[in-house]
Amino acid sequence: MPEVTPGDSGDGVQIDLISGARMEGLTSMEKIRLILDGVRDGNIVVLEEGLSPDEESKLIEVTMTEISPDEFNGIEIETYPQSGSANQGFLGRLMGKESTKKLTVIGPANQIETLHKDENLISALVSRK
Amino acid sequence: MWYLHTPLHEADREAREARMGLFTELRDSISRVVDRMFSDSEPKRIGIYGPPNAGKTTLANRIARDWTGDAVGPESHIPHETRRARRKENVEIERNGKTVNIDIVDTPGVTTKVDYKEFLEHDMEKDDAVRRSREATEGVAEAMHWLREDVDGVIYVLDSTEDPFTQVNTMLIGIIESQDLPVLIFANKTDLDDSNVQRISNAFPQHETVPLSALEGNNMDEVYGKIAEYFG
Repeated sequence: MPEVTPGDSGDGVQIDLISGARMEGLTSMEKIRLILDGVRDGNIVVLEEGLSPDEESKLIEVTMTEISPDEFNGIEIETYPQSGSANQGFLGRLMGKESTKKLTVIGPANQIETLHKDENLISALVSRK
Repeated sequence: MWYLHTPLHEADREAREARMGLFTELRDSISRVVDRMFSDSEPKRIGIYGPPNAGKTTLANRIARDWTGDAVGPESHIPHETRRARRKENVEIERNGKTVNIDIVDTPGVTTKVDYKEFLEHDMEKDDAVRRSREATEGVAEAMHWLREDVDGVIYVLDSTEDPFTQVNTMLIGIIESQDLPVLIFANKTDLDDSNVQRISNAFPQHETVPLSALEGNNMDEVYGKIAEYFG
């Protein structure tokens, strides 16, 4: 497959698939910056292992501070709902048993629309800018 | 050699004092946490969370009016009517001869996107819509901050006529669980024909779901019973 540089994508939609290993060494704010910089460029960002609940909370907060009329409306983010079994309680988390690994798709709110979502299926429509 | 002992004794004493200081600090800190967990006098701050237009302010007003006579804030069908977290202090709820003292914190509806153009559909001028959207974004950021720092329990309000499998609901419930906060899910708007409480129970089986209509005041006995049970 011939390689194109980010500027050559023309009318297409760029998708960044970010591995868990790539995110592992980053701080929470570095992760959030990596995601929002990509999304603000119009890219769809797919995280192999998602974010922790605390990072998700900060992602919402930082997204809100960056929303600007006619420029950036915010993000659409999709992950699978956590099942009841994921609720392991305080001790489980203390013992490091918590698993936050869940595929996460994030894109600009005006380009990605969720068509269907349930416990094990996410269906989304991605449009060009 | 005695002069060598003096500084050593001195150093020893200082180390002992430092250890004692550390111990006292640790004991005080544990005592504060325990006091906060078991104190009856300190009202628990209960955050009312949920997506926009779920009926959070209607519920907050219903609770506040029932037990204090005052309202918390204005209600509206336009999303993001509440754009600042509002606290109603010392709401005393009596159940089974026991009094539960809580502060109700009504929070702006949480979302990951705000587009001022949506407000234009509600007969708003552009300037007003832009201002409202800016205030809404600040309000959501504020609500997230309260959730991480300043609430002791959560009432999560959902519109039972809507699909509960949304990302905002999934993330917020996950964030609340990660904070180990007690949470009750309220399936609101049961007075409407499309209401489906079972769909909400199925979406979040790990939490108790209480059906109600905050607008009509339906099932409020159970609502207050559960608030007393969970947050008392």
